[in-house]
Amino acid sequence: MTAKTAQRVQTVCIYLMLIAGAIVFISPFAWMVSTSLKPLKETMAMPPQWLPSDLQWENYPQAIDEMGEFWRYTWNTLYLCLMTVIGTVISSTLAAYGFSRIEWPGRDKTFMLVLATMMIPFPIIMVPIFLVFRDLGWIGSFKPLWVPTFFAGAFNIFLLRQFMLTLPKELSESARIDGASELQICFRIILPLAKPAIIVVALFQFMATWNDFLGPLIYLTNQQDFTLSLGLQSYQSQSGGTSWHYLMAASTLVILPVIALFFFAQRYFIEGIATTGGKG
Amino acid sequence: MTRQERQRLRTGLMFISPWIVGFLVLNLYPFLSSAYLSFHDYAVLSKPVFIGTENYSDMLADELFWKSIWNTIYFAAISIPLNLIIALFLAILLNFDLPGKKIFRTIYFLPSLVPLVCLGVLWRWLLNGQLGLVNTVLRPITDTANALFGSDVAPPNWLVDPEFAKLGLIFASAWGVGNAVVIFLAGLQDVPRTLYEAADLDGCNFWQKTWHVTLPIISPVIYFNGIMSLIMSFQVFAVPYVMTDGQEGPGRSLLFTATYIFFNAFENWRMGYACAIGLILFLIILALTLLATKVSERHIYYAGK
Repeated sequence: MTAKTAQRVQTVCIYLMLIAGAIVFISPFAWMVSTSLKPLKETMAMPPQWLPSDLQWENYPQAIDEMGEFWRYTWNTLYLCLMTVIGTVISSTLAAYGFSRIEWPGRDKTFMLVLATMMIPFPIIMVPIFLVFRDLGWIGSFKPLWVPTFFAGAFNIFLLRQFMLTLPKELSESARIDGASELQICFRIILPLAKPAIIVVALFQFMATWNDFLGPLIYLTNQQDFTLSLGLQSYQSQSGGTSWHYLMAASTLVILPVIALFFFAQRYFIEGIATTGGKG
Repeated sequence: MTRQERQRLRTGLMFISPWIVGFLVLNLYPFLSSAYLSFHDYAVLSKPVFIGTENYSDMLADELFWKSIWNTIYFAAISIPLNLIIALFLAILLNFDLPGKKIFRTIYFLPSLVPLVCLGVLWRWLLNGQLGLVNTVLRPITDTANALFGSDVAPPNWLVDPEFAKLGLIFASAWGVGNAVVIFLAGLQDVPRTLYEAADLDGCNFWQKTWHVTLPIISPVIYFNGIMSLIMSFQVFAVPYVMTDGQEGPGRSLLFTATYIFFNAFENWRMGYACAIGLILFLIILALTLLATKVSERHIYYAGK
């Protein structure tokens, strides 16, 4: 076998494995969408049918109806996404600036403390945090879900700091000589340059809020305040796991915006995630 | 400290003040308070009553606690290495730089975007014993095996069978390895090409290059992904909660430690006990992280060290 044919065999093998993997990863989505478009009878057919015989688009409005307050949940989720993204962007930009662009004694030791807080899992501190919010009278409101984001989470500080450290020192120094204050330097010079990293942080926060389940489960008490995640779980719970065509339609509706967001901002997602692992 | 240093310290602290407040109120205080409450009986409506180490001795005798620890370790012990191997394997395939690799990367990444509740609902359906996708694929295989060998095997009824429920959850979580794939891929792309060229000159084949060049160079990334998935899998909550509809699963096979903390805190209102379990879970995670760090220290290669 010549080197060239060996190369070709290798390429074919790799493609075969990539395609096999892709089929495994795609098929749950395909099954979800296929189920969401079947009439109830076909979801229960034995042996299971791969495709619906007749596309039941009306399953989607029906599922929205069945979920009860679907639009309300959507609005609640979007509201929380907006508030948490604002909170995260403001607070972690400031904190990351303080950890990267100003040299103060003890800075890097303090930053180790920031990293250490990433190690504390939420289930361990959720009881006292719940009690704090209860004493504030915030249980049953949205506040416990967005106010904390105004106090800079460790992961976001880490991401932004890594990025800000790569910007040349001279930028700040010449501005300081010109008499600019640190706040001015932060917002006029560093912030515009750090825009890609800030977009990453904003996207991750949006996703985290959209996906959050434990937080809303603990803090939200009225059905009409539910987020989409909590609403979907509550709907599944009521339907008793039988109307799978509606459940899959509802799941598709909750997943779709996230997938759409990903396709619009693919570059930021991939680069952001790559940064968390490699350059740390 | 000079005047200038003091000035910079003040400005620095001002910038990080949001984090300082968050650290004190949302990390340090809850952590200490959790430790304090773990020595108390606290049913929320009455004041906490000091009971010494009773919560901890209760825990030792609590079968459900041990069940939850066993389930969590079982899940982590399979899911962490499995996910690391799958992710690394896929990343190595993607790193071959063939046309269309971006499409494949997107396909592998998409499932990790799926919200946890959707993941739970979807996999509950995929793992349905009669009607699910997984068994629809498995059934022809078991049928052929039965016809050929006269055996009598059938695909398991995943989430209804205590023997298989955790395995079902492990598959569901393996579907979401996309994050780790992207991180591995970034690590692989940082491996200097000259090293491969040198290995080629020495006549190394693909496996030798992977084993002796790629893996050592990306060992810090493997360590990072390992620690992340360790921390995540020891607090697994949402997906099993949704899959079991807020229950414990068949034969309590999906009762995890985080789930048990949640039940004690917000369903039985035993806040002190919940805190005690939380502290033990934290110590387990901490011990395993330190152990992993110690063990990997000898095997990790850091450029420039």
